[in-house]
Amino acid sequence: MKRKHKRLTFVAIGLLALGVATALILTAFEDSIVFFYSPTQMIEQDVPPDRRLRLGGLVEENSVARTDNSGFVRFKVTDMVHSTPVVYEGILPDLFREGQGVVAEGRLIDGVFRADEVLAKHDENYMPPEVADALKESGKWEEFKGAMTQGDPSAMPAN
Amino acid sequence: MKLSRMLLPWAGGLTLLLGIAGLWFALFDSPPDYQQGETVRIMYVHVPAAWMSLFCYVVMAISAGVGLIWKHPVADVAAKGSAPIGAAFTIVTLISGAFWGKPMWGKWWVWDARLTAELVLLFLYLGYIALIHAFDDPKRGLKAGAVLALVGLINVPIIKFSVDWWTTMHQPASVVKMGGPAIDASMMVPLLLMAFAFKAYYIYVLLLRMRAEVTAGKVRALRLRQAHGAV
Repeated sequence: MKRKHKRLTFVAIGLLALGVATALILTAFEDSIVFFYSPTQMIEQDVPPDRRLRLGGLVEENSVARTDNSGFVRFKVTDMVHSTPVVYEGILPDLFREGQGVVAEGRLIDGVFRADEVLAKHDENYMPPEVADALKESGKWEEFKGAMTQGDPSAMPAN
Repeated sequence: MKLSRMLLPWAGGLTLLLGIAGLWFALFDSPPDYQQGETVRIMYVHVPAAWMSLFCYVVMAISAGVGLIWKHPVADVAAKGSAPIGAAFTIVTLISGAFWGKPMWGKWWVWDARLTAELVLLFLYLGYIALIHAFDDPKRGLKAGAVLALVGLINVPIIKFSVDWWTTMHQPASVVKMGGPAIDASMMVPLLLMAFAFKAYYIYVLLLRMRAEVTAGKVRALRLRQAHGAV
């Protein structure tokens, strides 16, 4: 075996081993790499109330309610299977809308998620307003959105 | 050297042409987004820069690997030349992303898988640059750097697929995805123009850097010979 062949084999085996090791590590730490949990995951995992975590999903249609004379906002975050009520005091980001993705950070206390930070999540769709309007007019909007969220694991986690 | 002299004006011209056309479309002749409004225009810089940050790294790691295994001097020069360009693209990605994240998400930076992995990529570039210059014997530096570049290669698929494997703040892929792009044609044109402009820019600067490196090597050799001749 020539020296350069030896080096090639060495590098190839090294990279392969590294790949396998990384895959194992990433799988093992999956829970801490995910940025947020869906409402369903929150219910299933029975999280302790003192643990800070992030809740992600879509803001449920017609669920946003602002309480008068206070900065509190109530809304529901849904993954189309379960939804979690959220209470938040503060300024909402521009992109915060019903039907749009959102990530809230806070604690889950007695089934209500008390958020101290709300971030708007943007999805992967880019289009001019006219196209969006045309889709809505032709009634294709729901179909389009549905197809999009189904193919998008982060907007709507499967489990 | 001859090939690079021939390619240089082409790469430079293409960069200018595509860059001007891309910027024209990106800034003036493309619609605002239905959700993001005018802020969508940051994407035309951010996304090509992010693609290039990965592309440069792959080129750098493969060149470094070829240099390590087959001891090809041009490969070493290509790896060494790619590193700062890739690092610059990574910085552009991170900064333009922050400018987009503040108005859209509400935060400059979040520690999700995509953003963190891209930051690690920057450190890999900087580590490689520091490592190849850390030895008195440049050959040893390149060797150590090549090992780092190859090990860091594992980060590239992590960045690309981070948005599919885990829940992230960053949105999933819009262009290269199953079921076709989720981006309107009117926005795809400037995006692709900018992407090719960035690629041509990379080729241009890489060729310049490689020529400079080869010339510097020649100058070193001449000086050495002169010094020996003088003794």
